Amino acid sequence: MLKLSLSRMEELFSRINGERTLYAPIQIGEQTQFTPWVPDAAVQMNRLSTVKSPKDYFFPHIEDIAAFRVQGKEIEILDVRTEAAPFAVFGVRACDAESLNLLDRIFLDDPIDTFYESKRKSGLIITTACFEPEETCFCGVFGIDALSPGGDIATWIVDDTLYWNALTEKGEALTEAVKDLFEETDDMAVKAAQEKAQTVFDKLPFRDLNLDGLTGEVLMKKFNSPEWANLNPSCLSCGTCTFICPTCHCYDIQDFDTGKGIQRFKCWDSCMCSDFTLMAHGNPRTSQLERFRQRYMHKLIYFPDNNDGAYACVGCGRCVQKCPISMNIVKVIKALGVENDV
Amino acid sequence: MQVKDQNFKPLVVSFCCNWCSYAGADLAGSSRLEYPAEVKIIRIPCSCRVDPLFVLRAFQRGADGVIINGCHPGDCHYTSGNYFTRRRMTLLFSMLDYLGIERERTRLEWVSAAEGARFAKVMNEFVGKLHEMGANKRLGDIRCKE
Amino acid sequence: MRQKAHELLSSGAVGAVLAWEKGELPYDTSPAVFRDAEALDKMVYNGFCGSNLSKYLIEQGKQDEKVLVFLKPCDTYSLNQLLSENRVAREKLHIIGIGCKGKLDVEKLRTQGIKGITGIEENETLKIQTLYGDHELPREDVLLEKCLSCKGKDHKVYDELIGEDLSADTEQGDKYAKVAELEGQTPAERFAFWRGELSKCIRCNACRNTCPSCTCLKCVFDNAHSGVAAKVNATEFEENMFHIIRAFHVAGRCSDCGECSRVCPQGIPIHLLNRKFIKDISGFYGEFQAGETAELNSPLLCYDLEDAEPNIISKREGDN
Repeated sequence: MLKLSLSRMEELFSRINGERTLYAPIQIGEQTQFTPWVPDAAVQMNRLSTVKSPKDYFFPHIEDIAAFRVQGKEIEILDVRTEAAPFAVFGVRACDAESLNLLDRIFLDDPIDTFYESKRKSGLIITTACFEPEETCFCGVFGIDALSPGGDIATWIVDDTLYWNALTEKGEALTEAVKDLFEETDDMAVKAAQEKAQTVFDKLPFRDLNLDGLTGEVLMKKFNSPEWANLNPSCLSCGTCTFICPTCHCYDIQDFDTGKGIQRFKCWDSCMCSDFTLMAHGNPRTSQLERFRQRYMHKLIYFPDNNDGAYACVGCGRCVQKCPISMNIVKVIKALGVENDV
Repeated sequence: MQVKDQNFKPLVVSFCCNWCSYAGADLAGSSRLEYPAEVKIIRIPCSCRVDPLFVLRAFQRGADGVIINGCHPGDCHYTSGNYFTRRRMTLLFSMLDYLGIERERTRLEWVSAAEGARFAKVMNEFVGKLHEMGANKRLGDIRCKE
Repeated sequence: MRQKAHELLSSGAVGAVLAWEKGELPYDTSPAVFRDAEALDKMVYNGFCGSNLSKYLIEQGKQDEKVLVFLKPCDTYSLNQLLSENRVAREKLHIIGIGCKGKLDVEKLRTQGIKGITGIEENETLKIQTLYGDHELPREDVLLEKCLSCKGKDHKVYDELIGEDLSADTEQGDKYAKVAELEGQTPAERFAFWRGELSKCIRCNACRNTCPSCTCLKCVFDNAHSGVAAKVNATEFEENMFHIIRAFHVAGRCSDCGECSRVCPQGIPIHLLNRKFIKDISGFYGEFQAGETAELNSPLLCYDLEDAEPNIISKREGDN
């Protein structure tokens, strides 16, 4: 394990930023967002969750996939694909790092999404442990240890020292490049801080959220549960939860007519949109209740059923904080889970 | 101060109501009055047909200025269409100004069927002003540029 | 409130109760429809019931039953607007006006560095328990943006009024202060300000969907045939377009309930667009407050022969 005084962070950031773009949680106005690092940026290490997750850098909100140039009766297809430039994201939390592993299951499975793959290869994730979780955090429910985060490099901030530990080959390579800034150390200080923080994790309001009974075997039963009709009416069917979610991965492909040709792009879709899964014949989900149900069935039943039991939720708590009417996945789990199963 | 590009030719979308302004434009043409060729006329049934979206879409697709021409107040073919236009466009133009879009890029004018000369004069003035201001950078869509 | 709801629901006078439901945390109340008198135990009314229930009446009004709804004074303006546009049938509603001392914004607690909130005691001073110790804050420091320019304590439409704090005095800030400040800037400064704000937009449509004046069956931005439908702001232009058109569509109908800014996950001050229209309308066409009555009287649905010409905008002083 390596260590570095927090007073030298600026130096570290500028070194990392040298050969790649560095993104960090930076305060803009009253909010914290992952944005490109610039010297003297207000990097926020204490605010846990950024409004949007770092998913953006691997699976962007909008991405051009092809272009067509029209001249008379000729249509030329232009390949707009590019290799992703190297980048690193600093300050990723354990939950967000885990969400990328979930996205891997989707986009790196056959057929491979080459856009995602390219960014995943050139992107480096530097995580940081959460010593002060928020009341909305429930990553532990999904087996994520916020005190020992994943990614390529894990870091811990204890008092005024940054502790640094490379976890993958990519991480090792970067560590070699910046090693002269660091000092070797043992993990005693980190261990002590982890133990202390664990007592806070044991007090989190959602630590005991029970996922039992949410499996593919009871798919139809959950699908037809009367609870949906109680939960759904409050939903505004906005896309806030889906767009700030680190694991939501539905996308749409659309064309934009520029007047001289077509730009074809993919963009995030939301199951809350009225034209979600709209096809030529019509839409299989015509009501808000069906779309609302889709979101949670996907996260809690379909996804684990197809992916060895892994839920498509990492407990980051963003939807708990940001839903305009506070209808969130925790309430759905409680309503649908085993506790309500008589 | 921005350096003026002498070769810059502002593109203008000019919405003309079918009953007055379009005929006014026609008269300007048949009277052989000159106004810039970059003024693209779109005929509409009444000035109140102009949805705020039309104005924005014109800017999106490369217009440097948008002008809406209707019958003089009191002369609307449909009695009152232009009065509604007047309120709507006043609010829209004010909002564009509020968002920092140059306020001289949008205009509403009353041009009757008999005012060919006025039509040409208004267009010349408007294009002249846009020429001074330069290209629309604040409300264009980069995808629609070359 | 609960007792009244219980009474009306069990007597069959109403088929459903639209109110707020207690959440899992001290501040996460959700609007909810109660059909079962037993379930009313979960009903709650506290400082975090800022959401405006009026919009839900459009959907609830489709049922063949009478609905009991609890409305705060400012919510009744939105309902009046809906009634004036025949989006909700008055005879299907039983409206109970409830008092309000201003609602609270949990985001404001968070921006003050309070985290790990596990309990909140509401009084003039808020006592907040967190995982990391207790805090005390004056209530007025945590009010929602919309409550900083309260429309007053009068309900504009109701069947009955209940609640002991009906007479609560509310702060009446100048709602146009920020609009006027922006108007005083140069266009370049305003452009920079709005670019900074609107570029944050993730197009989640929360502002649109929560808006009690946004009631189109199919929004132009959802209609694939409109040519402007989109799920993402692909360019700066689309960010501007969405917000201009959204605000324009509710101009003359927006009662300034402030829900749009409350729900924005990115903290964009969307209400400043609406207030600009309200300010202009009031300035050009006479003082106007949407939802003051249930009459259809939007200033964009009428005109005056002597109205101002739009060139009052282009003749404004100052540079571009």
